[in-house]
Amino acid sequence: MSNYDAIVIGAGHNGLTNAAYLAKAGLNVVVLEKNEYIGGAAVSRELHEGWKYSNCSYVCSMMRQALHRDLDLGRHGLLLVPYLGTINFGDGDERLFSYHDEQAAHLELKRHSPHDADAMHRFQSDLTRYSQLIRKTLLRTPPDPTSLRPRDIMEFLYLAKQFWKLGEKEIYEYVRFFTMSAADFLDDYFENDLIKAAMASPGIIGTALGVYSPGSSYILLHHVMGDVDGSIGAWGLARGGMGAISAALAGAAQEHGAEIRTNAGVQQVLVKNGKAVGVVLENGDEVYARIVVSNLDAKRTFTRIMEKNDLPDGIYEKARNFKIRGSSGKVNIALSGMPKFSGVPENRYINRGGQGFTGSMETMERAYDCWKRGRWSDDPFVESVIPSAWDPTVAPPGQHWMSNFVQYCPPELADGPWTPEKRDQFGQTVIDKIERYSPGFSDLIVHMEVRTPHEIEQEIGLTEGNIFQGELTIDQLFFNRPFPGYGQYRMPVRNLYMCGSSTHPGGGVSSACGANAAREILIDLRRPNTVPEDDFYDE
Amino acid sequence: MNETDPYAGERLKKSPFYLRQEVLNIRNAWAAWNGYKFAEYYYDTEYEYFCVRNTCGTYDICPMQKYEIQGRDAEVMLNRMVTRDVTKIGLNRVAYCVWCTDDGRMIDDGTIFKLASDKFMLTCGSPCTAWLEKSAFGFADVTVTDVTDEIAALSLQGPTSCAVLKKMGLDGIDTAKPFDIMHFPFHGDTLMVSRTGFSGDLGYELWISPTVALDLWDQLYDAGENFGIQPYGEAATNMTRLEAAFIMPFMEFNEALRTVNFEHDQTPFELNLGWLVDFDKPHFSGRRALLEEQKRGPKYTLTKLDIEGNKPAEGSYIYKDKRCTREIGYVTSAMWSPSVKANIALAMIKTEHLEGELWAEIYYEKELRQYNRVVRCTRKQKPFWAPARARATPPPDF
Repeated sequence: MSNYDAIVIGAGHNGLTNAAYLAKAGLNVVVLEKNEYIGGAAVSRELHEGWKYSNCSYVCSMMRQALHRDLDLGRHGLLLVPYLGTINFGDGDERLFSYHDEQAAHLELKRHSPHDADAMHRFQSDLTRYSQLIRKTLLRTPPDPTSLRPRDIMEFLYLAKQFWKLGEKEIYEYVRFFTMSAADFLDDYFENDLIKAAMASPGIIGTALGVYSPGSSYILLHHVMGDVDGSIGAWGLARGGMGAISAALAGAAQEHGAEIRTNAGVQQVLVKNGKAVGVVLENGDEVYARIVVSNLDAKRTFTRIMEKNDLPDGIYEKARNFKIRGSSGKVNIALSGMPKFSGVPENRYINRGGQGFTGSMETMERAYDCWKRGRWSDDPFVESVIPSAWDPTVAPPGQHWMSNFVQYCPPELADGPWTPEKRDQFGQTVIDKIERYSPGFSDLIVHMEVRTPHEIEQEIGLTEGNIFQGELTIDQLFFNRPFPGYGQYRMPVRNLYMCGSSTHPGGGVSSACGANAAREILIDLRRPNTVPEDDFYDE
Repeated sequence: MNETDPYAGERLKKSPFYLRQEVLNIRNAWAAWNGYKFAEYYYDTEYEYFCVRNTCGTYDICPMQKYEIQGRDAEVMLNRMVTRDVTKIGLNRVAYCVWCTDDGRMIDDGTIFKLASDKFMLTCGSPCTAWLEKSAFGFADVTVTDVTDEIAALSLQGPTSCAVLKKMGLDGIDTAKPFDIMHFPFHGDTLMVSRTGFSGDLGYELWISPTVALDLWDQLYDAGENFGIQPYGEAATNMTRLEAAFIMPFMEFNEALRTVNFEHDQTPFELNLGWLVDFDKPHFSGRRALLEEQKRGPKYTLTKLDIEGNKPAEGSYIYKDKRCTREIGYVTSAMWSPSVKANIALAMIKTEHLEGELWAEIYYEKELRQYNRVVRCTRKQKPFWAPARARATPPPDF
């Protein structure tokens, strides 16, 4: 039996962040991880010799700069490298290149639609305005709307002030925006279908919504509000893969004295007299602590590692009904060479960006229809990146690995459970899609890892394989995340906290959930705060 | 063509690598350095910067001034000119040096390559012929030759740089220690490689006859194809050197021979380069003044700052207090460092105030309006960027 100040369940990036900040404040912290490796969904694993896949999450943009800086993650080996533009492939021969350079980007849009090339300025300004407001909330604890505590009232006043600064017209627009579909939102700006499809694609990534579903415009924003070094909307790759982020966070946590145990799955949270007092591990060991922090998703926390009887009335039901639908698959492919894509010039830069096998608005919506019927998409939306084109550490020189994120793939199939055969068929659909745009692609394949929501749940522990630990719809956002009344990281059982993406501000490798939770814990334990707020004091 | 070009006399010279650079300078972003047409950037500054930190990049150092100093008295002459002890430089070794006026004010910095007991190469940012000849005056056997146009030079910097040179067939290059020089046969000529650079990271500088410069470029780029090789220009160079806390002329220091106003130039001690001044060796230019300064302490000290917030403190004053009542220095270079994730700067601060609080007043623009902030600065002792691979021998492949 061992005694700690805090137990963090799950060594995903938020759990590690939480542990780092608690340890930094002087607490004796242990992180318990069920897998033999740390990182949760921010991992780099060598499944084929010489290749290091970022098995789950694959690009990074939301990592809070203030945390990166404060925890000195650079010294712990983290380098985030922004990557240049993306190629979006239309259903036919259309190709849309997005360039980093402003002039080049404008000329390219103009080639498709002079109207849209101009409209892009207004679109970007509006998105930036929306992003700026949300970004201000990321490293802050949402206020409780029913509370009269000074802190909640002050926080509301802060938000009201930020909101008010938008001006009357924009306030209306903003409220409207939150409930719109990505398609409706984009119709306000653009006429060209491929441009719309390319812009809409962030609106469906990781979510069980389609481009025409209300709420998808927020998902779109959630994906573009990040930045790399202040360039909002830019995406970066972690040198060494996403596991480098977890490794750096673990390094920071350990430097401050936190202990990380792998192969230490938690079976149950121990509750005595209404207070969390520790956990029982799968091997039967008991670990005790003053507080317990769960980095697991809300559904898993309350329905899998807690006794229903230990919970106040209604919580179990809330957790069971928590919207956490799996919708995405991931196909990681080791390649013997760089794939060539039809209709793409041999431009050494554009070929190194991402590939969006977007098709059209209709193709994306039809892909969603399949999901609704319990099938994987026949013609899926695939978002790909070839990290090895940038990162010399993840594949042998001259050879590559391609990360393919696939939308949609259901956690349960209509025709019975997932089997290895069905998983491989799903993988083949993705290869077929890429092959359509890159004849000869299959011949380059050296090794492949196919992950359906089923594998993601089994390996990572994300319920239904939902990458956000719960849908990012307005009913589950901000002070409603994970449940109304529990938006401040304190859970219904005393001394139990949550620090994962099921809490504000939600999914993405941001470290914000873990840091915010640490701040609240330190307040409760009457310790000085060690968690910074965002340091972009003006944008 | 040139005979008929009435502007030929004022056009910029082209580097021996120009034919390849021209193709890769997609944005036509050209600047100038010492009369050469010189890339500000080629494709994208940020991209090029990250190549230096993540893969590797080449930086054209043809416009850098190169002098061959030869003769029995070459070593004594150089030792009389620079502040460092030149006799301590080993054969096929490079040393970073500065040279000063008799008043101990810095003229320039550069590197000295010891190629034989009576043969040295000196490189520096600005032309230095007059000062070199002046320094050689009175020595019986020393000749100073400007070889800038006779040597094509390319700097290859970044974590994969050693891997690229190995791939290119430079056997044994991985045994070169920092500041070592090695020679390799190349297309009937000799390729000189020094493990030097201006990036603070693993890197090499390649020196070759202009006649085979393009062959070198092609072979290097072939070898580097799968190691992320990319040319980079002035903009990315300035970012990486600031992270490494290297000084730049007309940023950190004003060359003494071009300074109009009293003490608007600097001494090595002010620039934190006291370690380059060797009082144990025989007399050298500026010795007496520098000895005095060493006793007295420099008026200003170049300081590495980590600054709150993310707005670069370009051109900021440094104050002793948040209310900005007591000005104690000025920022010389500043940027947001994408690798370190910090708001970094070099600043000249009055030495007597170094230990106290430091505040920077930062001005920045947002959609045509000016804003300002006063933020706290923290002194850093070490360079902002100094990865272990930069010193490791053999260096890692990435």
